[in-house]
Amino acid sequence: MTTATPTVGTGVQPAAPLTRAARVRKRLNSRTATIVSIVLALLWTIPTFGLFVSSFRPENQIKTTGWWTFFRDPQFTFQNYQDVLFSSGSSGQLASYFINSLAITIPSVLFPIAFASLAAYALAWINFRGRDWLYIGIFALQIVPLQMALVPLLRFFSTGVTIAGVQVLPAWDLVDEQKFAQVWFAHTCFALPFAVYLLHNFISQLPGDLMEAARVDGATHPKIFRTIVLPLITPALAAIGIFQFLWVWNDLLVALIFAGGGDETAPLTVRLAELAGTRGNEWQRLTAGAFVSIVVPLIVFLSLQRYFVRGLLAGSVKG
Amino acid sequence: MAFARSRQALAVTGVLGLALGVAACGTGNDKKSDKAGSAECAAYEKYQGHDGKKVSIYSSIRDIEDERLQQSWKEFEDCTGIEIDHEGSGEFEAQLPVRVDGGNAPDIAFIPQPGLLKRFVDSGKLKPASADTKAMAEQNYSPDWLKYSTVNGQFYGAPLGSNVKSFVWYSPKTFKEKGWSVPTTWQELIDLSDKIAASGTKPWCAGIESGDATGWPATDWIEDVLLRTGGPEVYDKWTTHGIPFNDPQVATAVNQAGTILKNEKYVNGGFGGVKSIATTSFQEAGAPVLTGKCALHRQASFYANQWAKGTKVAEDGDVFAFYFPAIDPAKGKPVLGGGEFVAAFADRPEIQAVQTYLASGEYANSRAKIGDWVSANKKLDINNVPNPVDKLSVGILQDEKTVFRFDGSDLMPAAVGAGTFWKGMVAWINGKDTTTVLNDIEGSWK
Amino acid sequence: MEFDFAAEQPKFLMLMYGLIAFVAVVGGLLLLLDVVPTWFARRREAQLVAVAAGGGPAPRRRKPREGAFAFFFLLPTLLLLTVGLVIPAVRTTLLSFMDSGSTEWVGLDNYAWMFAEDSIVRVLLNTLVWVLLVPLLASAFGLIYAVLVDKARFESAAKSLIFLPMAISFVGAAIIWKFVYAYRGDGQEQIGLLNQIVVSLGGEPKQWLLDSPLNTLLLIVIMIWIQAGFAMVVLSAAIKAIPADIIEAARLDGTTAWQMFWRITMPSIRPALIVVVVTISIATLKVFDIVRTATNGNYDTSVIANEMYNQAFRYGENGQGSALAVFLFVLVLPLVIYQIRNLRKQREG
Repeated sequence: MTTATPTVGTGVQPAAPLTRAARVRKRLNSRTATIVSIVLALLWTIPTFGLFVSSFRPENQIKTTGWWTFFRDPQFTFQNYQDVLFSSGSSGQLASYFINSLAITIPSVLFPIAFASLAAYALAWINFRGRDWLYIGIFALQIVPLQMALVPLLRFFSTGVTIAGVQVLPAWDLVDEQKFAQVWFAHTCFALPFAVYLLHNFISQLPGDLMEAARVDGATHPKIFRTIVLPLITPALAAIGIFQFLWVWNDLLVALIFAGGGDETAPLTVRLAELAGTRGNEWQRLTAGAFVSIVVPLIVFLSLQRYFVRGLLAGSVKG
Repeated sequence: MAFARSRQALAVTGVLGLALGVAACGTGNDKKSDKAGSAECAAYEKYQGHDGKKVSIYSSIRDIEDERLQQSWKEFEDCTGIEIDHEGSGEFEAQLPVRVDGGNAPDIAFIPQPGLLKRFVDSGKLKPASADTKAMAEQNYSPDWLKYSTVNGQFYGAPLGSNVKSFVWYSPKTFKEKGWSVPTTWQELIDLSDKIAASGTKPWCAGIESGDATGWPATDWIEDVLLRTGGPEVYDKWTTHGIPFNDPQVATAVNQAGTILKNEKYVNGGFGGVKSIATTSFQEAGAPVLTGKCALHRQASFYANQWAKGTKVAEDGDVFAFYFPAIDPAKGKPVLGGGEFVAAFADRPEIQAVQTYLASGEYANSRAKIGDWVSANKKLDINNVPNPVDKLSVGILQDEKTVFRFDGSDLMPAAVGAGTFWKGMVAWINGKDTTTVLNDIEGSWK
Repeated sequence: MEFDFAAEQPKFLMLMYGLIAFVAVVGGLLLLLDVVPTWFARRREAQLVAVAAGGGPAPRRRKPREGAFAFFFLLPTLLLLTVGLVIPAVRTTLLSFMDSGSTEWVGLDNYAWMFAEDSIVRVLLNTLVWVLLVPLLASAFGLIYAVLVDKARFESAAKSLIFLPMAISFVGAAIIWKFVYAYRGDGQEQIGLLNQIVVSLGGEPKQWLLDSPLNTLLLIVIMIWIQAGFAMVVLSAAIKAIPADIIEAARLDGTTAWQMFWRITMPSIRPALIVVVVTISIATLKVFDIVRTATNGNYDTSVIANEMYNQAFRYGENGQGSALAVFLFVLVLPLVIYQIRNLRKQREG
C-alpha cells in the first residue's frame, strides 16, 4: 500500500519494458508532483474522514459542534456502532443481513460476468450478420432506467408470462430465501449491458493473429474462448467483478423490490436504511451505519485493486 | 384446566374435523395454535378457524414501532394460529404501488393516505372490507373517520393508529421559570410570542426538512390554520377541490400562518432565520425548546418520540404539548390529525379476520398498553394509555366537541398532496410569495 | 451477540444452489458447444472420407455453424436482456403515450406537458448541466491526477484515497456531503465544514443547498467526487501502458512535458478516455440517489431520473414518468451514434 514504486502491472504487456518504463519515470519523479498529489488525495478524503470521526462522537456532540472539534475536545463513544449493530433487542440480526448481502452479491456478480464475456466474445470474434447492430443495441440498453424495469420484471416473477391467454411460463412463487433467485436474476439483467460494453471493448482488441492461428489449427470457438480468451481477460473480469460487486452491495432499490424487507432475504443496505430512516436525520446512526456498509466494499476493493487496474488498462489499450 | 382442555378439544374437532385434530395435537412442526382453547384465548374465539394460515402485512412502520406492533398481535396469533408476517419499509408509499402493479401485493397494507387508498380502489386493486369488519368499525369509530376509507359508498377498511397534529410543544419548566402561561386563545398565543420575542429569544422553532418528504410539516401548518380561519366546511371543499387551491380563503390562511412562520422576529429559534426552516429536519427542529433557545414548536403528537433520551415528556416535565388554540371560538374545537387504514388486496377469510380484529377495541387496548400509540377507537380505555401526551391526544380524539379533520395533503391526489404542495411550501418558506405558490399548486391539480 | 447458525442454513443452501446453477449453466453451455460440434465434425470427416472415396465435391458448411455458435454464446444474454430491459423499455415507451392510470391513449400529451411545465423544463436543463459538467470535470480531474501521480511517490496509497468514494453508495456519498454543507445559524457553532471555513475566513454562514444555481453545482461536486476516482484509475493504467521507448525517444528529441502530454499521452490513451467519458455520461444521466437524498429535487435541483421516479411512483402519474424516461433514451442517442462511428472505424482499420 505504501510502496513508492508503481507496482501495478500492465496486463498483456511483458515485464521487461515495464521495468524500463519505471526507470524512465523514476527520473521524472518530482517532489512537487508528490506533494500536490498527496494534498489532493487528502483533500478528497476529508469528507469521508469527517464522517468517520463523527461516527465515534456522542449524539449531542455531533449535532452541536463540528467534527474537527473532536481533536480539541475528544469525546469518544462506541454507542453509535452499538445502536446500529445491535439495537432494538434484535442482536445477531445484523449478521443475518450480512449473510443475505453475501448470498445476494456472489451469484449476482458471477452470472453477468460469465454471460457477458460469452456475448462479448461472440460480438467481437464470430462473424454473423447484424452483430454490430446487436452490439449497439446492447450498448444503448444501458440507459434504460432501472426504475422503469421494476414493475414488468416483478410481474414476470409473480404472475409468469401469458401470451394471448396461454400461460407460457408459470409464476415463480418463491418464498423466503428462495427470493434470492429473483434478486440474482434482476441484478444479472441490469448488469449485462455495461458488462458487455466493457468486455467487448477489451476482447475486440485482443490480437487478431492469435485467433487466426488458433482457427488454422482447427480450434472451435468454445475452445478458443476457453483456452485463449479467458486467460487473457481474467484481469478485465476481475475489474468488472469489482464494479458489479460495488453496485450490488450498495444497491437498495432492487433489493427492496425483489427481496423484500424481512431478515430472511433483505441485504444490509435495506436494514441500514431502516435504521437511519425510522427516526429520521440522526447523524449518529447515519454515520456509523454508513461506515458499517462501506467496510466490505473497501476490503474487496483494496485487496483486488491490483487486478482492477490491470484489467481496465489492458482493455483500453491495444495489446 | 379440565374445562380448558375440553374447550380445546371442542374447538379443534369442531373446526378442523377429528382427523386433522389428531394431527394438530401431535408434535406438528407447524406453528399451530396450541393455546387455542385456553382461557386467555376466549376473546379470540370469533377469529378462530384459520389455523396455520398466513397473512402478510406491509406498512411504513419499522424498527422499535415494528417490534411493538408485532407484540401487540402476538396473543391473537397464538390463539388463532394465524401467522402475521409484517414488513415495514421507509419506502412504503413508493414501493406499494410497484408491488401492487407487479402482481405482488401484500394481503394487507396500512395506508396512511386516503388519497393513495382511493387510487388503489380506482384501479380495482383493493377488496372491500367484509361485513364483519364494517360492523366492527362502525361500532368503534366515528363516521368522521370512516368516511376517509369509504370510496363510492364502499367501505375499504377501518382506521388503526391515529395522531393529533394540532399541538404546540413547549417546556413546562421554562414556562414556569419565566412565569409564562399556556395560551388558550390565538390572541394569547400571539401575545406570548411577542413577549418572548421582546425578551430577545425567537419564540418559535420549525423545520420542514424530511428527506424525500420535505415540506410536509409546513403543509400541516397551513391545514391547521385553514381549519381555524375557514372552518371545516371550507376545509372539506378545499381538500376535495370543491374550491380552487388558490381560493382567497386559503390565501388568508397561508398568510396567517406566515405571520408566524415567515416572521423574522419569531423564527427560527436555535437555527437562524426564516429560510433555515427549509433545511432544518423536522426531527431536530424542536430540540431548542429544551435548551431555551426557542419556546414553541408546533408539531404532531408523534413528536414525543423525537426528544432526546431521558427527556421527561409530561405536564410537569421537560417538555409537553398544548392544544394549538382556535382562532374563532364560534367554529368549535378544530383538530387536525392523521392515521392509517387497514386495507386489503385479497379477501381470504383469514385476512378478513385480521382486519376485523385490528378494528376491535381489544386490539386498540392491547396495542395502547405497549406504549407510544394513539387511536381514535372509541373502545380505547384512556387508562391503558401510559404516555401523558398520548393521553391528551386520546382525550381530544374522544372529546364530543372535537371537530376532527384528516390531514389534507393525504387526501389530495399524490401529485398535489405529496408533490406540488410539499414543494410549494418549501419554495414559500424560501421566499416565494403566497399568491404565486398557490397559483402554481392549483395549476398542477388536474 | 447470539447468532443462530441453523436459521441461516437455508440461505447458504440457497447460495449453494445458485453456485451450482451457475456452474451447470455456464459449464453446460461451454461443454455443449464443445462436444456437439466435435461430434458433427467427426461425422463430417467421415462424410468427407466417404465423399473423397466417391470422388464428389467436398461439402462446405462453415458459415451456418458460425451463426449457430454466435447464437448460443449470445443466448443467455439476449434472453435476460429481453425480459429485464427490452420489454420494460417497450412498455415504458407505450405508457408514455397513455394517461396516468395507463388506461387511455393520450397521444403526445405527456411530452407536451414536459415542455410546457416550467418546473419540468428546469429539470431538463439541470440534467443537461449535469451531463455536460460531470463527465468533463471528472475525466479532466482524473486525467490530471493520473498524470501527476504517475510521477509521484506513495502512488498507490494516493490512488486508493481518490478511488475510495467509488466504494461508497450514492446514498452514502450524499449523506457525507450533506454533512459538509450543513448549516447552523449565524453566531452558532457550525457543524458543516464548508460553513466553518467560510466563517473562519470572516464570512457569513450560508445555506448552500437553497440557492439555485449554486446548489446544482454543489450536487455535481458530489458526483465528480465519486466518479473522478474511476476516471483516474482507468487513465492512470492507460498512461502506464504507453511503451517506454516512445517516451524515451520523445525525451531524447527534447519535447517539453506539455508537448509530451498532447502529442504522446493523449493519443495513446484516447480509447481509455472514451470508455471513461461514455461510462460517466451514462451514470450521470441516470443519477437519482444523490439528488433524492440531498435535496429531493427541491430548490430547482431536480434531474430527469429523480422527477421520473416521483411522477411514476409517488404521484401515480405513469404517463408523465414514462415520457421522462423516454426522453432519457433520446439523450443517450448522441453517445450511441458516436459508438456506431467508432465501431465502423475499428472494423475498417
